[in-house]
Amino acid sequence: MLMQELVDLLKCRVILGAEFMEGLEVTACFAADLMSDVLAFSRPGSLLITGLASIQSAHTADVADLSGILFVGGKTPAEPVIALVRNQRIPLLTTELSMFEACGRLYGSGLEPGGRS
Amino acid sequence: MNENRWSTGESCVSWEDAEILYSESFRIVGDDFEHGGEAAAKIKAKLKQFGLDAAIIRRLSIANFEAEMNVIMYAREAEMQLQVLPNAVRVILSDRGQGIPDIEQALQEGYSTATPQMRQRGFGAGLGLPNIKRNTDEFEIVSTPGVGTTLRYTIHLQN
Repeated sequence: MLMQELVDLLKCRVILGAEFMEGLEVTACFAADLMSDVLAFSRPGSLLITGLASIQSAHTADVADLSGILFVGGKTPAEPVIALVRNQRIPLLTTELSMFEACGRLYGSGLEPGGRS
Repeated sequence: MNENRWSTGESCVSWEDAEILYSESFRIVGDDFEHGGEAAAKIKAKLKQFGLDAAIIRRLSIANFEAEMNVIMYAREAEMQLQVLPNAVRVILSDRGQGIPDIEQALQEGYSTATPQMRQRGFGAGLGLPNIKRNTDEFEIVSTPGVGTTLRYTIHLQN
């Protein structure tokens, strides 16, 4: 799925990364609020879906080579988090949808699990 | 003083005399959640500059991030030292803190003494030390309760 299609599907607000989203593909997602789970079980290149908007979510995406961060439940990260992700040059999105609904829509649209849980 | 020791095997000793090609230390301050992850990020950037394999950088970075968060959650302060050797990368993390009374127990997935504040940061679920073990080739823990803990872990480089 194209990142832009994902943005439309989940009615996301693009916080960062609009400039390099054209043609960008998402194939797999890993959803968790527990960063240790992401570090243990996610595959590189997955999109991180989380309700955790602390600085640790941004470090996790960096350390685990993830392709972007989608915050669910209308979470918006504070400026230091945005600044950190800006340096990583990955998209940062937020949706008002809950974790359950966001994941359901993406799974139903054919996206694959980005690791085991 | 009761020193507790655990390691993945005797192999840790084999690196004692290895030539150190590059070394850099990073300070980590306990309870400083706002900066939790910076040391791991800096080491990752450095290893990328050196052109190491992406999979090895990822494994070491995950171990470093978990180890760094452990210091922030449980210790007063620590020094994380990166060492690049001819055939391996090694990290030595020495903290001053409460120590680990029972290392075998701390290594069990799900065992945790975390507070709600730690869990709010996405950590503290009892996966830290197991995650370090999972991502490294050699791992040693030496801990003295009431004094501190030293972790040493190594990832071998394929030639």
